[in-house]
Amino acid sequence: MTLNEATTGMTVRIDSVGESNLKQRLMTMGLIPGTRVEILNSAPMGDPIALRLRSYNLAMRKADAAQIQVSQV
Amino acid sequence: MAALSVALTGNPNTGKSTIFNELTGAHQKIGNWPGVTVDKKVGVIEHNGRKISVIDLPGTYSINARSQEEQVVSDFFKENKPDIVVNIIDAANIARNLFLTVQLMENGIPLIINLNMMDEAERHGIKIDMKKLEDAFGMPVTNTVGRSNKSVRKLLDVFTNAVMTNYEPSELIKKHIDRVHKIQQSGLAASKVEEEIISARYDLIDKIMASAVTVSAAGKTLTDKLDSYLANGVMSILLMIATFYLMFQISFNWIGQPLADELGGFFEESLAPAAAEAMAEAGVADWMQSLVTDGIITGVGAVLSFVPLIFTLFLCLSFLDGTGYMARVAFIMDPIMRRAGLSGKSIMPLVMGFGCGVPAIMGARALDTNKDRMITILVTPFLTCNAKVPILMLFAFMFFPDNAANIVFIMYFVGIATAIIMAKILNVTTFKGEESTFLLELPPYRLPDIKTVLLEAWDKGKGYLIKAGTIIFAMSVLIWFLSNFNSDGMTEDMDESYLASIGSAMSSIFAAQGFDTWESGAAVVTGVLAKEAVVSTLGILYGADELSTEDEDIQNSAQALLSTTMGSVFTPLAAVAFMVFTQLYSPCVTALGTIKKETQSWKWMAFAFFYTCAVAWFASLIVYQGGKILGFE
Repeated sequence: MTLNEATTGMTVRIDSVGESNLKQRLMTMGLIPGTRVEILNSAPMGDPIALRLRSYNLAMRKADAAQIQVSQV
Repeated sequence: MAALSVALTGNPNTGKSTIFNELTGAHQKIGNWPGVTVDKKVGVIEHNGRKISVIDLPGTYSINARSQEEQVVSDFFKENKPDIVVNIIDAANIARNLFLTVQLMENGIPLIINLNMMDEAERHGIKIDMKKLEDAFGMPVTNTVGRSNKSVRKLLDVFTNAVMTNYEPSELIKKHIDRVHKIQQSGLAASKVEEEIISARYDLIDKIMASAVTVSAAGKTLTDKLDSYLANGVMSILLMIATFYLMFQISFNWIGQPLADELGGFFEESLAPAAAEAMAEAGVADWMQSLVTDGIITGVGAVLSFVPLIFTLFLCLSFLDGTGYMARVAFIMDPIMRRAGLSGKSIMPLVMGFGCGVPAIMGARALDTNKDRMITILVTPFLTCNAKVPILMLFAFMFFPDNAANIVFIMYFVGIATAIIMAKILNVTTFKGEESTFLLELPPYRLPDIKTVLLEAWDKGKGYLIKAGTIIFAMSVLIWFLSNFNSDGMTEDMDESYLASIGSAMSSIFAAQGFDTWESGAAVVTGVLAKEAVVSTLGILYGADELSTEDEDIQNSAQALLSTTMGSVFTPLAAVAFMVFTQLYSPCVTALGTIKKETQSWKWMAFAFFYTCAVAWFASLIVYQGGKILGFE
């Protein structure tokens, strides 16, 4: 599945980051294949979402999260 | 001996600025890096008889030159070899923070690695073995406790004693650098190379983390608990509105406005008469007296009296920003802002725009992409800033005494709606295809360092003082001259002044809007210089006594003006058209100057002037002609 499909409270592992203009920025922020990500909470209409990875919290839009392939752990 | 040069570098939200402020105190200078709108902070101090010059580089996640900040840091290290580079790391967030560390090491920059906020990290279940971290990098590792002055001052000893040539990258780092070189020579596409290198860096970080850092589960932190209210669901929006309401109450009603009234009273009631008296005694020419009291003291005083209000507002905003709450506001507002073609991060500058457009336009520099920044700058002027409120109040009380509050509220809405519509239009025209993104770190909630909050508020607010001393000073002289002179010299009758000539030339533009008198034309012109001037110009020109721009007195002013010719010249419909026009038209000169500075472009400044005037002209035309068709007068 993709990261935008994961629901609040779920922990997933990143399988791959899809090609986009944002890819290098996402990777720089620590979204590398193998990284564990927990979905924390979401803004009022469910988008953007807040994630925890590598002991810090990061917010991103669902459209960008859709570029990231993950599997549940 | 030459000054020891020290550069501080690190990620955003690491407490780097706080450390810089503790190190340098008031001995700091804030300027701009050449060609970009990124703050350059330098401080010179003395320690153990040695001069130390500290430079605070902008907070960045990497030095890949993707943003202005990254460009500044990357260029800095290409062009400078500081004696000491300190990499400030948020200990609680060490894994991602080390990314920059590794990248700096790849560039052959020797580092002192300083772990900040170790206490907080331990509360989060993160324990760092400093010795092992030192071995892993081959570079010295120090630590500081967030706001403790003592622990930060200890760094000064480290600076003066450190001999960076004694340190050499570890075998682990050297191996990593070899690996990076191999990737660079692999012949892969440039973007693939970059991605491989990023992965290699995190590989290395994972190795270092495994050897030097133990992470144990710490359960729900305070930040998690707060975020479940402040950054989650519809409730968070209500809490945000309450927070901003409180902030505006503090700035406008409790602290800022009372101080502003005092100061304004001082200028009008004490300073101006005293100056007049002193000049009369000294036998100064009449015109000079008039210039100083009616022109300079009144004009500059009007702006200076806003200073306490602005500083209180900035103090509140800097405090909120320091707690980490502003990142949550951006987060919860993104769904709404995105639909207007903006990013959640635009909310900060736009909220400020309801106070004053100048800091709002400056605040837009924090946005990620050129598109977000430009659209935010270009739509901010439509919002109802402080200086526009008296105009709306005056006309509402004059022509709609029973519905004044509703009319003012509708005008606020007109401003917001225009900003949203124009954001949307700019989004699909001028900035079509450009990206808008939203990737934002949500830092842990922290109690901000007071020194840092004060310094930040001062840094943002001092522009106001500069404005009073420069532009407003010059404009006051100009308005005074235009309203007291014509080609024959000084005139008693304002109807014959240059301002009257300019006003009547202007007024023909507004023939279809119902307010084509030279007085309103002149008010529109002076309003470009400062929006506060619209009300006072109308008051002077229509012959009512000096009008007050303070809310409580607006009702009296409205009564006074209604009995002059103004009451018969404007129909209620023309009054609404005038309100719509002044609500939307050109930013004031100070705001225009700020747009020039922030966009580095005369072209964008001119665009901001002409397109807002065009929008205002058409909007007021639609209101007046549409209203007539609907049978209003």
